[in-house]
Amino acid sequence: MISSVKIFASGLYTTIQDGGRFGYSKYGVPKSGAMDLKSFFLANAILNNDENCAVIEWTMIPPVLKFEGDTIVSVTGAVCVPFLNDAKQKMNCQLRVRKGDVLKLKNVTDGVFGFVGIKSGFQSEMLLGSRSQYNMITTSFVLRKNDTISYNNCVDFSATNSSVHVPVFWNKSNRICVFEGPEFDLLSDSQKELLLTTDFAISNTRNRMAIPLDGQLENELSSMMSSPVLPGTVQLTPSGLLIILMRDCQTTGGYPRILQLSKDAINVIAQKRVGERIRFEREFL
Amino acid sequence: MKKSNIKFQYKRYGENAILIQGPSEVDEILLENLLFYKKSIEKFYDELIVEVISSYNSLLIYYVSTIENVYDEILTLKSLFSGQFEDKVRKKRLWKVPVCYSNSLAPELSSFAVNKSMNIDEVISLHTTPLYTVYFIGFLPGFLYLGGLDEKLVTPRKSTPSQKLEQGSVAIGGNQTGVYPCDSPGGWHVIGKTPLRFFDVNSDNCCFASPGDKIQFISISENQYNDMSLLSNSDIVVPESDVI
Repeated sequence: MISSVKIFASGLYTTIQDGGRFGYSKYGVPKSGAMDLKSFFLANAILNNDENCAVIEWTMIPPVLKFEGDTIVSVTGAVCVPFLNDAKQKMNCQLRVRKGDVLKLKNVTDGVFGFVGIKSGFQSEMLLGSRSQYNMITTSFVLRKNDTISYNNCVDFSATNSSVHVPVFWNKSNRICVFEGPEFDLLSDSQKELLLTTDFAISNTRNRMAIPLDGQLENELSSMMSSPVLPGTVQLTPSGLLIILMRDCQTTGGYPRILQLSKDAINVIAQKRVGERIRFEREFL
Repeated sequence: MKKSNIKFQYKRYGENAILIQGPSEVDEILLENLLFYKKSIEKFYDELIVEVISSYNSLLIYYVSTIENVYDEILTLKSLFSGQFEDKVRKKRLWKVPVCYSNSLAPELSSFAVNKSMNIDEVISLHTTPLYTVYFIGFLPGFLYLGGLDEKLVTPRKSTPSQKLEQGSVAIGGNQTGVYPCDSPGGWHVIGKTPLRFFDVNSDNCCFASPGDKIQFISISENQYNDMSLLSNSDIVVPESDVI
């Protein structure tokens, strides 16, 4: 049976996300997908879902959700306290939801992106192999108040005596693991040294496309021919600004690609708040 | 066009990708070779495992999973370029893209012409004469990187980008010209507008043009523009094209 969840309050930049798109870069389509894939996978693992099931992603301010049918949900990512109809719950475990229940997430204390997973995933429109919302691809690019998203009811609560609970794990480290990017060797020795020993702060202009860093790296490298880029690519602009590309980034870019974040480092940096300081730590493949 | 003795560099790009880089130039022979290379890589690997992102002078080979042995992988990739070169990898098409060059749709057109010390007809003539080459699609879904802008039309980008260039804006920035597939901020000078959609998630291949194809802009009147806009709002409209 199909039910739906209603967005009572939208929160901030709340979207449907899954693992993102693969194979459409040739049309200039971004990969998209959950900003913190680790928390996304956890949301599905807790529910014993396929790993790519769609979840709701929110940014700093969580949405309020009302469920029209029985199901099981999970809350992962940014640290908060879930409440079902004002009864306090835990993150990172199965939460049983009955018809009419309202899920609120309060007291967001750490991180940026939170996730609400649901048994069998949200069944929003699938375009180019993914349900991830993105302008020009999905009908809307964010969830708004009173939107409804359908899901398959889960009436089987048979595993009443078992529970899954994962302790809240949080990567507090400010070290961001990186590999050399294709243009790393165009940097001077002193630039390389500075790049790897300076603490950079997360800029307040961060979004799903990119995280610019405050502070500059003195730079004489100019732009280059537009070339392929990936989520996790660190670009250096002619004015010395460092930009970390994220999940919704363009497929090509014209700034030197000096570093590439490790897969996990992309998840770590996604959860760093504006003003938090990070340092790049080079690893070799 | 023969396979040239292009020197490719192979670089690891993070845990999941390898970059194959040719010389830094915008060149049609290099493009043909890259498209051949891309095709033979795509033939060899399952499309669910490997995706190839192309640009002017490089291919980025992106693997779904972490690359275990990068040296073996690079050897495999090198061998894929040594195959028999097929010139006609794919039938190339010349797409005729209607553009309305008028001040009401492109308010900057007259100032652009004044700036270039030309009249508007000269701008239109210089912009509609070349057959532009599609090098790749990037920046925005359906944004074509075109080569072949007449040198007389080359104009530096605006120092402060405009907040919003409308979908369909035909613009010039530096030595490039292109069409904005959706509303977007941009630093290019808008000289016209096309009623066509360059990206449509509901059409079979999202974007009618492919790398290697040619584009020619055809000047249309405002009435024609309005008629075609109505049509392309409700239907998937693909421009006229010829095999070349």
